[in-house]
Amino acid sequence: MPSEPLIQLKDVSFSYGPRPILQGINMTIPRGKVVAIMGISGGGKTTTLRLIGGQLRPTRGEVRVAGHSVPDLDAPGLYALRRRMGMLFQFGALFTDMSVFDNVAFPLREHADLSETLVRDLVTMKLNAVGLRGAHAMMPSELSGGMARRVALARAIALDPMLVMYDEPFAGLDPIALSVVGRLIRTLNDALGASSIIVTHDVHESLKIVDYVYIVAEGRIVAEGTAEDIRGSAAPYVHQFVWGERDGPVPFQYPSAPYREQILREPSRAH
Amino acid sequence: MLTKLAAGLRLLGRSVTDRLWRLGFASRFLLATLLYSGMALRRFGLTIREIYFTGVLSLIIILVSGLFVGMVLGLQGYDTLQRFGSASALGTLVALSLVRELGPVVAALLFASRAGSAITAEIGLMKATEQLSAMEMMAVNPIARVVAPRFWAGVVSMPLLAALFSAMGIFGGYLVGVQLIGVDDGIFWSQMRSSVDFGDDIVNGVIKSAVFGVIVSWIAVFEGYDCEPTAEGVSGATTRTVVTSSLAILAADFMLTAFMFRGA
Repeated sequence: MPSEPLIQLKDVSFSYGPRPILQGINMTIPRGKVVAIMGISGGGKTTTLRLIGGQLRPTRGEVRVAGHSVPDLDAPGLYALRRRMGMLFQFGALFTDMSVFDNVAFPLREHADLSETLVRDLVTMKLNAVGLRGAHAMMPSELSGGMARRVALARAIALDPMLVMYDEPFAGLDPIALSVVGRLIRTLNDALGASSIIVTHDVHESLKIVDYVYIVAEGRIVAEGTAEDIRGSAAPYVHQFVWGERDGPVPFQYPSAPYREQILREPSRAH
Repeated sequence: MLTKLAAGLRLLGRSVTDRLWRLGFASRFLLATLLYSGMALRRFGLTIREIYFTGVLSLIIILVSGLFVGMVLGLQGYDTLQRFGSASALGTLVALSLVRELGPVVAALLFASRAGSAITAEIGLMKATEQLSAMEMMAVNPIARVVAPRFWAGVVSMPLLAALFSAMGIFGGYLVGVQLIGVDDGIFWSQMRSSVDFGDDIVNGVIKSAVFGVIVSWIAVFEGYDCEPTAEGVSGATTRTVVTSSLAILAADFMLTAFMFRGA
């Protein structure tokens, strides 16, 4: 990974009380690249995004974004940094009391002292970029899942951020919407000259568009590399994850008492 | 036996500690809401919009309830007063009961059920659908943008709604007392005018309703912001808003009445 990193996580650990979520994570996100963080649910992927966005503070280690140590920033500093970030939430998180237009205009109206004419032009351009210029007057409740995700994407890039973070952008989308959103992520990243982090467990769609992949399991990075490296990996966990095998290092059965013993137990002691 | 007693005491202690901690957290939340109220006051359009949702849309329930409460007061008041030959004091009874007590209290209880629960549900659902997180990630403080305008809208709306409740109640009392029963029109209004004091009765009533407005709005925004981001969490928070607000209104009413009207 030759280019200068935008984000660096060094030996980062995080826990909720006594429960460790991340343990000694090291990660580098270069400028201009699309990087995926993959792994099964509950593996610590979204926590990593929240650490980068400053919504959580690591219990140990260093999180640096654009040269700033995120946990050490005060509230105004953190907000100044977030103005240069965009985030797409799992189901879009559109403001349900605002139209599509107002949702995309929201960051512009909050942060940029622009005339309404200019706001209208910018919003139209962003909506055009995601193919939804004609849906500007619709309310979020009238949008399909894929359309909501695209509107949220237009909102995330409204301020031309240096970093866009995607939290499960492909969850619950039909194959066409999935492909559209995937291509948009890549195209917009390249057009904006931004960096993107995609947290996902949709292996095949994300491997088509990313430059680099980290695979996280039980709070640790278990594999990393380019899409080709990951596809060709023989490591048991990576192989099971990429090819969706039923059993492997991640067992099908949740830890439990032996089946025979449980099934033959007397009815009164069944539980 | 001793073990059970100790376990019971531990449970009680934990419950009290949890409630104290929550009260402290709610107080810090109120302080943060006041600190970040600049945007709600500077961009007053945000607050006006919330006043429409919390105040204007509560008008129907407030006005209709006020009318019926006044009519019942008219009937009950006449029935009692005429036993002592004081039916002419009906106007005084209706007005004082409403302005001092029933107007602020009943309007606040209705406001908590209609607007308080709606505020909690709205903020709770915004939290559950990550809209508040999205706002934070867009470098917009949700307390300043979402909570403070709703808080101030409640504070502004409550005294106005209580005043309208009292006015409709007096009109209801007039309809029953004068138009239906036949109490003299002039006596009804002149007795009312001579016995209702602006400072002692009306201003104190307004102060009460303003305090209730702060209480209901504070509880409503806090419960919404603090709820578990699940369907069950939002439903529980909405219920808590109505129950806690109602109890807090009645308790505060007793304290305020004790201070305001002692010996009057």
